[in-house]
Amino acid sequence: MGKIKTLNDLHKTRDKLNDKSKHPGDLIQIKVAMATCCIASGSKETMNYIVDELEKRNIEAIVTQTGCMGYCYAEPTVEVTLPGKEPVVFGYVDAKKADEIIERYIKNGELIEGIIPVNYQNIDETK
Amino acid sequence: MSEYKIHLLVCGGAGCKASESNTIAENLNREISKQGLDDYAQVVMTGCFGFCEKGPVVKIIPDNTFYVQVKPEDAATIVEEHVLKGRKVERLLFTDPETHKKISDSKGMNIYKKQVRIALRNCGIINPENIDEYIARDGYEALGTVLTTKTPEETIQMLKDSGLRGRGGGGFPTGLKLELAFKNESDEKYVVCNADEGDPGAFMDRSILEGDPNSVVEAMTICAYCIGANKGLVYIRAEYPLAIERLKTAIDQARKYGLLGNNILNSGFKFDIDLRYGAGAFVCGEETALIHSMEGNRGEPTLKPPFPAQSGYLGKPTTVNNVETLANIPVIINKGPQWFSNIGTEKSKGTKVFALTGKINNVGLIEVPMGITLREVIFEIGGGIKNNKKFKAVQTGGPSGGCLTEKHLDTPIDYDNLIAAGSMMGSGGMVVMDEDDCMVDVAKFFLDFTVDESCGKCAPCRIGNKRLYELLDKITKGNGTRQDIDRLINLGNVIKDTALCGLGQSSPNPVLSTIANFRDEYIAHIDDKRCPAGVCKALMKYEIIAENCVGCTACARACPVGAITGERKEVHTINPELCIKCGACMERCKFNAVVIN
Repeated sequence: MGKIKTLNDLHKTRDKLNDKSKHPGDLIQIKVAMATCCIASGSKETMNYIVDELEKRNIEAIVTQTGCMGYCYAEPTVEVTLPGKEPVVFGYVDAKKADEIIERYIKNGELIEGIIPVNYQNIDETK
Repeated sequence: MSEYKIHLLVCGGAGCKASESNTIAENLNREISKQGLDDYAQVVMTGCFGFCEKGPVVKIIPDNTFYVQVKPEDAATIVEEHVLKGRKVERLLFTDPETHKKISDSKGMNIYKKQVRIALRNCGIINPENIDEYIARDGYEALGTVLTTKTPEETIQMLKDSGLRGRGGGGFPTGLKLELAFKNESDEKYVVCNADEGDPGAFMDRSILEGDPNSVVEAMTICAYCIGANKGLVYIRAEYPLAIERLKTAIDQARKYGLLGNNILNSGFKFDIDLRYGAGAFVCGEETALIHSMEGNRGEPTLKPPFPAQSGYLGKPTTVNNVETLANIPVIINKGPQWFSNIGTEKSKGTKVFALTGKINNVGLIEVPMGITLREVIFEIGGGIKNNKKFKAVQTGGPSGGCLTEKHLDTPIDYDNLIAAGSMMGSGGMVVMDEDDCMVDVAKFFLDFTVDESCGKCAPCRIGNKRLYELLDKITKGNGTRQDIDRLINLGNVIKDTALCGLGQSSPNPVLSTIANFRDEYIAHIDDKRCPAGVCKALMKYEIIAENCVGCTACARACPVGAITGERKEVHTINPELCIKCGACMERCKFNAVVIN
């Protein structure tokens, strides 16, 4: 990790990071919400299960943790982004549901019940 | 591999389910089969869209068509027209209330998205333990701009222009707070982040620290530059281990990048952050108490003035800001104060994060523009009350706040309106209550909390709150008198006027606001010895209905205190003097003969 010494450095770092994230666009990205409350509802187990199962089933994907998605009523929540598609958030993801997500959505692009529609605007969408 | 071309998303939120969204899904499936489109289109039930007002809702992807108020009999039309022929069903499209135009692509209808995420912009999106992901989303850009192109005065002016007010409860203008600390000359100054979140049911600050700790680090550095401080402290509850861990990671990573430390971004400015752990005392959320606790003294408040901006941590000028307030700052710098002040109401700008909890369908963390109504929050974003019960009240501001009722449902939420309604914004806990909640009991719950958390320094809070609690306890036990209501009001007002700090000055609010809004409930407890919501145990009376009792003796055998008497095959009776209201008899009775009165 090199130092960021000037504002210019910061911009270069940012652009490089954004550039890099564009290229593995053909990789499946999975984010698991992992705030204290998510973990208490089992998101750690869900994340471990997903990581293990993807490996067993030979599916290449980037799995990362993230903070609270805000859908506390439907914990654990997992967001899956398939290459070239909009991110989809799934709620109540236990091992059984995670298996279904891998088999049906990730492998077949088939949507399954329990999708949580995004109900907020991000700051870039506001006028 | 069956690759569906069209997905029909049917809302399965509680509100839409109640208006037959299940049947809609069934009908859609049937129509799809009828048309032989099984491999082409798929129907999926989803969670709540947060648009219950216009439910049931059906969204079709990939073209993002949004159909509202769909009826089961519309299924055939949707499948025939939209799925088969690719023509949108005009009459089911949502009409924009302002332009009166039909909106066909939901991407263009953000109006249904009631939430705007500023403070939560990265929560649930980035990996909080990787500073790179923060930087990739314009992280530290604001700090860079400020350090290289703005003077402290200009930066403070930007924050003043934005209208940002403290999100911890008081609502003091943030820019002004920084200006006061800036103007006080000193060899040493401090920037403090107040992460001592303590309201029951509130988890906004924890979520921000756990989801986007870098935003707080960046904002503290900006504040430090504004006032001329080189040292920052985060006062955080030791009960938040994950937040602490992630914050530490963020600080470490920022140091490695040189975004904390000496000569940040070649500006000559130096700043670093340390953590201080709180033991969870509620009063330490008050800034003077917080500062004393950080100094290693008892966490007790002191009189203001002097304000921390004059004499704070170690007697030096200090600025104390709440986590959520800080999280807003980088966005204000990046997008400009004008952008920020366009959101919200006249005197309350921007958004507010609320932890929506209680008897509500979509318990969650939400961020809404100031000025949104309670109705929109509860019945749209929140998806309405659980189990179709009746809405009774919402408690905002925690132990310092009050209850808002049905008559406040259409009041725009902002600092001043909430105070006018007898509550307060507080830090953002929102506890929703339904018809099964007893308001006297709720007031008692919060008073119990304040009595526990009062530091004991001043008499009004230490003694007064205890007396308030005792009066409430007396009423819930059925021993209250009408004079007790007056006593509660008088004493409550005296405490508000005379207590030393914010804790005592606001602690009677739950009592005063429940009396103002639910006096009849207090009176029912006093005059009729009855708890209308059926919560206060002492006022419940178990009775046996003679017609239903067959004399099986099951209840008498179940009663742990021998309060039930009666011969076999004869009607039994409960002795109210002995009954401890455990409910064992009611559970055991197979003939519904035991009832609560």
